[in-house]
Amino acid sequence: MTEYRREIVLFAIVGIVVMIILGIFGQAYTLRMLVEATCFAIIALGLTIQWGYAGLFNAGIMGFVAVGGFITMFLSFPINDSFWQSDAPRSLALFALLVATIALVLFGLSQMHRIGISQRVKTALILVALVFAFFIFNSNLDPIARMIEKEAGFIGGLGLPVFVGWIVGGIAAAFVAYWIGRACLGLRSDYLAIATLGFAEIIKHILKNADWLTRGTLTVSPLPWPVPTPNELGFITARAAYLSLTAVLVAVIFVLLQRAYQAPWGRMMRAIRDNDIAAEAMGKNVNLRRLQIFVLGSGLIGFGGAALVSFNRIFDPSGFTPLKHTFLIWVMVLLGGAGNNAGAIFGAIAVYIIWVMSEPLTLFVFDYAAHYGSLLFGWEPPADLTTRALQSRVFVIGLTITLTLRFAPQGLLPERRIKVS
Amino acid sequence: MNELIFFINKVVLSGAIIGCIYALGAIGITLIFGILRFAHFAHADLMTTGAFFALIFASLLSGVGPIAGLPTGFVVLPLAAAATALLAIGLDRMFYRPLRARNIKPILLLVASLGVTLMLQGITRLFAGTSIRTFFTSEKKDIFRIDVPFDLATRNIVITEPQVLLFVTTIVSIFCLHQFLTRTRLGKAMRAMADNANLALVSGINTDTVVSATWIIAGVLAAAGGVLLALDVALKPDLSFNILLPIFAAAIVGGVGRPYGAIAGGLLVGFSEALAVFNWSLLIRPFADFLPAWIEIPTRLSIVPTEYKLIVPFVILIAVLLWRPTGIFRGQIT
Repeated sequence: MTEYRREIVLFAIVGIVVMIILGIFGQAYTLRMLVEATCFAIIALGLTIQWGYAGLFNAGIMGFVAVGGFITMFLSFPINDSFWQSDAPRSLALFALLVATIALVLFGLSQMHRIGISQRVKTALILVALVFAFFIFNSNLDPIARMIEKEAGFIGGLGLPVFVGWIVGGIAAAFVAYWIGRACLGLRSDYLAIATLGFAEIIKHILKNADWLTRGTLTVSPLPWPVPTPNELGFITARAAYLSLTAVLVAVIFVLLQRAYQAPWGRMMRAIRDNDIAAEAMGKNVNLRRLQIFVLGSGLIGFGGAALVSFNRIFDPSGFTPLKHTFLIWVMVLLGGAGNNAGAIFGAIAVYIIWVMSEPLTLFVFDYAAHYGSLLFGWEPPADLTTRALQSRVFVIGLTITLTLRFAPQGLLPERRIKVS
Repeated sequence: MNELIFFINKVVLSGAIIGCIYALGAIGITLIFGILRFAHFAHADLMTTGAFFALIFASLLSGVGPIAGLPTGFVVLPLAAAATALLAIGLDRMFYRPLRARNIKPILLLVASLGVTLMLQGITRLFAGTSIRTFFTSEKKDIFRIDVPFDLATRNIVITEPQVLLFVTTIVSIFCLHQFLTRTRLGKAMRAMADNANLALVSGINTDTVVSATWIIAGVLAAAGGVLLALDVALKPDLSFNILLPIFAAAIVGGVGRPYGAIAGGLLVGFSEALAVFNWSLLIRPFADFLPAWIEIPTRLSIVPTEYKLIVPFVILIAVLLWRPTGIFRGQIT
């Protein structure tokens, strides 16, 4: 028992705080906060294996969350009949065929060295083919996109079960992570951070601007739930059902990750993280293992993002912000304790509660400041005080990251070193 | 002929302008990357903060500009640069040096710089709001129209005063930087440190001085880039990551630790962006008569739509990482 005292105390504090919030804000509000916190816990678990197990810096969590959210929207949203009755599906299928052909040609070119064509010629041919492929892709997609937007609004969903959407969302995020990881993981560790940051911004731009696919700024709602929705059961029961689902998922993922951590695989990952040269000398394929854990972690992030987007019932590409969907999760993991799965879950719930509570608190403080400022000094508060006041949360998140790094680099629940007897 | 002038205005000039801005930022990034060995994520917000310093000084000294015959924002640039350099050193003392003293992995410095970038963002937006601001509320932006001595050309090459100042400032700062890095003891020490930190240490180079010098140069150039960008268009407080990515791409393309590479990289990224979003159908249309009839020239024919501009530096970055991770000028990789 004494060994886990810290965990018990910290989780008990979180429990008490949740009870207080329950008393003040009511059941529906608290349940909603907890569901979102558990979704963030899944995302934080994905990050903690990337950063805590393997020391990989992912600065583009938002991108993977958005991929997971988009896929689940696309797969689970009800079918849009006006799209399927138009000519668009046929042209889209032809377009898919075209893309497949291009991919086949590119793959064929990439295998040209097998028939004795020199590397240099191969690279040149691939480059030329890529340029052509790009133009063919663009010029063919444009009219289809315009036609869909005019006739059907957007292509709608496929009406599949939500759970399929979540799993495929995770797989899609993992797939993207594979390509980014392939490009960056063999290089110095900063490059991965830069590339993921760029990827996240781009995926947001694409989702925001591809109106035919996502309705862009018009947003898609209401997304279906894997459990009965509030319309059928009422807010409290439906959210409680959703919470039990996400809580079970967190528990299952936690147990699996805990097993993986203690397994030889986890030991190898820590060895690579702590000293990659020594690990390589022991015959471990460092880059492959890093790629493996990066893909796995991003898959989890995509899965958690899918659960989060489904719960909010709205797919809004502009709603993904680096602050909430990347750096907040970093604070969760750093504060909770990187490499400690319980720490990630604790961090996710605690930090998310602080995040939710900080908005009314900041506004209250700034209202107060504006009131007394004008009373005492004749200070005239600017008209956009509320939007500015919320920026102080950006500052606090940044301050938390730097202070944690300096004064508690291990987090509140440090990683447990497994003792070798 | 008019099409060519349009091309010069839209691609050559605007590519060079944004390229100079990227170069000014990328030099700082590449120096920090080479000497302190971490990717400084707070650089874009350091640029924005520098522009805000200039905005504050400009509002305090609003009469200075007309006396000098230059925009006020440009006249107060040295003040803003000094303030930004001080800020950069202060940030280093407060947030990076304690971490370095613990001898941690460089990646943790990167995490700290993310924290710093959020703090800078929070503070500037808290005090200045998130709306777009301009230096030219009371002053007028001078626009030069250069006549082209050809009969067929009726349009002019258009360039504004801030843009001319941008070119002049960039060239002057690159010249000064070159003199500093090649002629002075400290500059040589900096290059030595970027080349091989351990060797520099054992040959008795004072690390603290070199680190401070790095932050001063990075801060001054970041302020220059930020102020000139704000003078050219407007001060957008939410640029942050949208300018960070091209700057990183420029620094990596040029080879980490290579200031001249960063300049080349900045211009490369700038021109690529301008070429990618340029509407090529304007250039092709005059030749429509020579093309077979079945080819229809679309009204918009750009490689990348304007809203996807950010893809260009990203593609350049990934391509360089895959094809030549050391950059075109052979920088460091570890």
